[in-house]
Amino acid sequence: MSDTLTLKKAAAAPVSPGDFLAAWVGGKADRTLRGLLLPILLLGLLEIAARKGWVEARLLPPPSEIGATLWQLAQGDLWSHIGASLARVSIGFVIGSVLGLAVAVLVGLNRTLEDLLDPTFQALRNVPSLAWVPLLLLWFGIDEAPKITMIALGAFFPVYLNVVCGLQNVDRKLIEVGEIHGLGKFELARRILLPASLPSVFTGLRTALGLAWMFLVAAELIAASKGLGYLLSDGRETSRPDLVIAAIFLIALLGKVSDSALAAIEVRSLYWRDTLRTRKRRHA
Amino acid sequence: MSHLEISIKQKKFANKVVLQDVRLSIAQGEVVSLIGASGCGKSTLLRVVSGLEHDYRGEVRLDGTVLSGVSRDIGFIFQEPRLFPWLNVADNISFDIGKVGHDDARVIELLAEVGLIGFGQALPKQLSGGQAQRVAIARGLYTHPKVLLLDEPFSAVDAFTRIRLQDLLANVANVHGITILLVTHDVDEAVFLSDRVVVIGNQPGTVVADIRIELPKPRERETAALLAQRSIVFDALHSAHVV
Repeated sequence: MSDTLTLKKAAAAPVSPGDFLAAWVGGKADRTLRGLLLPILLLGLLEIAARKGWVEARLLPPPSEIGATLWQLAQGDLWSHIGASLARVSIGFVIGSVLGLAVAVLVGLNRTLEDLLDPTFQALRNVPSLAWVPLLLLWFGIDEAPKITMIALGAFFPVYLNVVCGLQNVDRKLIEVGEIHGLGKFELARRILLPASLPSVFTGLRTALGLAWMFLVAAELIAASKGLGYLLSDGRETSRPDLVIAAIFLIALLGKVSDSALAAIEVRSLYWRDTLRTRKRRHA
Repeated sequence: MSHLEISIKQKKFANKVVLQDVRLSIAQGEVVSLIGASGCGKSTLLRVVSGLEHDYRGEVRLDGTVLSGVSRDIGFIFQEPRLFPWLNVADNISFDIGKVGHDDARVIELLAEVGLIGFGQALPKQLSGGQAQRVAIARGLYTHPKVLLLDEPFSAVDAFTRIRLQDLLANVANVHGITILLVTHDVDEAVFLSDRVVVIGNQPGTVVADIRIELPKPRERETAALLAQRSIVFDALHSAHVV
């Protein structure tokens, strides 16, 4: 009965476009659509600004032109650029995060290893990505090896730092329950410490993935004949801002898509968590 | 020979003596409450018996055998439920042997006993505080322990839940004849549940009174006999300067 009442009310109430938009943004809209609102508005504004001549189209080409550039590239070798970059990011990210995870588990569970290794890693993590470039070029030449090494370096540290921190912050009270049940060191790690620090593992992996994209561009800007970073430097050398912006757009898009994929895995793996985020999801 | 024989000569933390000459003999199936001021070493005493504390002078014997370290014969229930949030209720209960699934016979039996039939697949985050503590009790009982140690197990729940959990514990003690050593701050709880109330004095902690509660079980709450015992315990606490 209450349903029919609200239906009548809804039908009777006059809905202005402003009210509709407010209701849409406030709650009714799909969360993905809500996230698209800002980029679409920005693109629209840029288009108008370029058409009306508020900005110089030579420096900031309108989105329609960038779209055309992308379309043109898609007919040619865009896919091999994307493929090259994706392959580098994937390989570097996997190598870096697997190593980060392994070293973090050793350091996080063993005080002696922590004393031996952690200070060095804490120092090295401060080295900016670009500082590695000359050294890696000297060592590995300008082949794939220096690029992948650099991305792996970028992915290593966030995973390492977050997982060590996660392991060291596991609630002593839960560890005590394990001790009461007579768990040895290995079982304690497998059954309590690792599952308890899984949220930190995902935080580390997501930060690592973001940094992997950053290090990718740094690597490709310097020496590459393929990849999105190469498109960037190509655009600069040929004075084509549309190409540069198209490459930036693709990096942002790929970064966002890969992060969303990882976030989806995170939500599925951490279904047991009782946090603000899971609570919101349940009520949504 | 008594069932559980606790004999602690001395337990120190840094240079502070926490427990001094604590001797307790507990019979099979006896329910004993430890009561005393905060920081008097009651919880430390419980941790020594559980095997969590190794660094002390003295010994704990169960059926004549000296205990070294933790034992499946001794279950421990903490002040907080301390459930593993990533395990469902059934896997929390069977934690001692690992995952057995929600249709494991022992898990079903324990769920029924603590009044949580059908909760095997629930996650800890879906439970109320009282329900979570029931799961913790079921986990403590999973290995069929001879002794159950409880460290202020009902102090974090509301008054009504506390009464129901006390009834649950009284029932568990009655049905299984399990020996129970309970640390509490609640005199009513101690008198209602226990065969003996042991008052621990302060600095260093030692047994200052050992009061037998000779009332038949199951007990009614708020009876004149129970209230009489309660004032005896209060008198003992007064002379020990706990209150």
